[in-house]
Amino acid sequence: MSATSEPLLQVRDLSVEFATDTGPVRAVDSISFTVARGETVALVGESGCGKTVTGLALLGLIPQPPGRVASGEILFAGQDLLRLPEPALRKRRGSEISMIFQEPMTALNPVFRIGSQMLDVLMRHQQLTRQQARAAAIEMLAKVGLPAPERRIDEYPHQLSGGMRQRVMIAMALSCGPQLLIADEPTTALDVTTQAQVMEQMVRLQDEFGMALILITHDLGVVAASCQRALVMYAGKIAETAPVATLFSQPRHPYTRGLLASIPRVRERRLERLPVIAGMVPDLRQLPEGCRFADRCPKARDYCRLAQPPLEPIGNAGTEVACYVPE
Amino acid sequence: MSRSEPQAAAAPLLEVRNLRKYFAVPDGWLKPPRQLKAVDGIDLDIGAGQTLGLVGESGCGKSTLGRAILQLQPPDAGSVRLAGESVVGLPRAQRLAMRRDMQIIFQDPYASLSPRRTVAQIVREPLDVHAIGTPAERRARVDELLSVVGLRPGVLDRYPHEFSGGQRQRIGIARALALEPRFIVADEPVSALDVSVQSQVLNLLNQLQAERDIAFLFISHDLAVVQHVSQSIAVMYLGKIVEQAPAFELYAQPRHPYTQALLSAIPNPDPAARRERIALAGEVPTALDPPSGCAFRTRCPLAAARCSAEMPVLREVAPGHRVACHFADG
Repeated sequence: MSATSEPLLQVRDLSVEFATDTGPVRAVDSISFTVARGETVALVGESGCGKTVTGLALLGLIPQPPGRVASGEILFAGQDLLRLPEPALRKRRGSEISMIFQEPMTALNPVFRIGSQMLDVLMRHQQLTRQQARAAAIEMLAKVGLPAPERRIDEYPHQLSGGMRQRVMIAMALSCGPQLLIADEPTTALDVTTQAQVMEQMVRLQDEFGMALILITHDLGVVAASCQRALVMYAGKIAETAPVATLFSQPRHPYTRGLLASIPRVRERRLERLPVIAGMVPDLRQLPEGCRFADRCPKARDYCRLAQPPLEPIGNAGTEVACYVPE
Repeated sequence: MSRSEPQAAAAPLLEVRNLRKYFAVPDGWLKPPRQLKAVDGIDLDIGAGQTLGLVGESGCGKSTLGRAILQLQPPDAGSVRLAGESVVGLPRAQRLAMRRDMQIIFQDPYASLSPRRTVAQIVREPLDVHAIGTPAERRARVDELLSVVGLRPGVLDRYPHEFSGGQRQRIGIARALALEPRFIVADEPVSALDVSVQSQVLNLLNQLQAERDIAFLFISHDLAVVQHVSQSIAVMYLGKIVEQAPAFELYAQPRHPYTQALLSAIPNPDPAARRERIALAGEVPTALDPPSGCAFRTRCPLAAARCSAEMPVLREVAPGHRVACHFADG
């Protein structure tokens, strides 16, 4: 997909903190990245790496308190979302930037019919009449592959299966034609056969609408199938970013390598032991001075523990890595 | 090594025959409840020191099957024998004795450990319940169990919330091992864990199986996870086993169209891989109202008239390889 000169989204030096009993915890620590128009970027990492908090920060949805954006700017089409007043932000949220959450049952309101929840969005952002909005909603539900949309639109969320609910969420998120969709583990709660269907549908629609997609996920299998570029996060920092093909064929950060090696995958013969990353993610309240991965890293040197490695370009395949001893 | 061979011909450790577990689901006021056939006539054998992987999508009945085998949810019909002895409908004292041999590891390491007990109390509890050893012996046993699962002895007086998900799952495993069971149901034991930690726990389970000759029923929705720990794998759909085969044979030669679709839907962590996914029509039908004949026919690419009229039986198509499909040639 062609990118215009200016990226759709520029995140610079973004930090998010949460107040806890034992002092502030930095869930996202000074990260920077860009997303071009129409691009699909994966935000990958394990629990607590800051990927979801990053997604919420982009939409101004960090609960305050206890959370707060401690630094940075989020330029969307050139405008800093962090400095927009709430009404202006609300106008963009849902129309220009949309988000899909992991658990469709908790993201939909159980006491309203599917239709009325979709109509709310359409009527608020697109100045449609009720009838126009209903027609648009049905069309959108058909697009995301919901069977019998003209009937389903009058049902309640509990009457739909998990896969259908997530399709409704996607239909709602796309109904105003956003330029950027943030999808946080959109298929994690779904069964594997449904997961593949929903992912394929989402990528097809993304293409049709020409929108950019930030896919937040822990699942590298999903990343491989549907993204152009990936940001690998670890303990609040970006460890590595690269085009997906390069990331998988030539991972530079030892964490990325370990993550790729430890994905459960179907193999041709039994391994004596599955590859693992030793140890565990550091406590965000007691982060080390140096590289946050050093304690689990097979290549760590003494100097890795002195200062945090900066994210820097390496090679000429578009990879950036935060490591003093990259592969 | 004998572990990698399919089940031995000798009598299996666990023998399940025609097991059924139905639930009554209310169907509105004054209407008779409807029957949900969660487990609908299951036969399976697990040899000593062997692992049977049990896979299927949400609602297929795999967790209920595990619980029905352990008598945590008493089955409605059928038999479960452990080392030849029936474990169904036992009086309380004998049921307690049976529990020493059959244990469970739960999916959610956050919900399955009491937040108000220390690690030492949690792991020691089965020993207390069964009055095994003196207090000093129990303490020593807890130390040993924690080191077996890879936790430092220093953690004894800490509480579950102080641990990560992977460590909590290790605590749950230590508790399940306390009574030296011969059979363990592991219900999605790594699903709640991050991938880098998943493999640590899978390696631990493999090691325990080899060292202690424990048989496992390893329940998972993830075909890529069960492969590494199982000698044989059974695939469930709407309360029934539709295919069972030696682990690596199932991946190399799946015979049932559902197994084939499940395998093709696993996201491949290789962007260069060619994807030829077998798309299944629609979604899993409700177990309250399963289709006539073959329950899979409504989504099956091969479905024909015969499939709605006649329920396919599970038949052996190769040694240790059973399939319930009219079109599974061989």
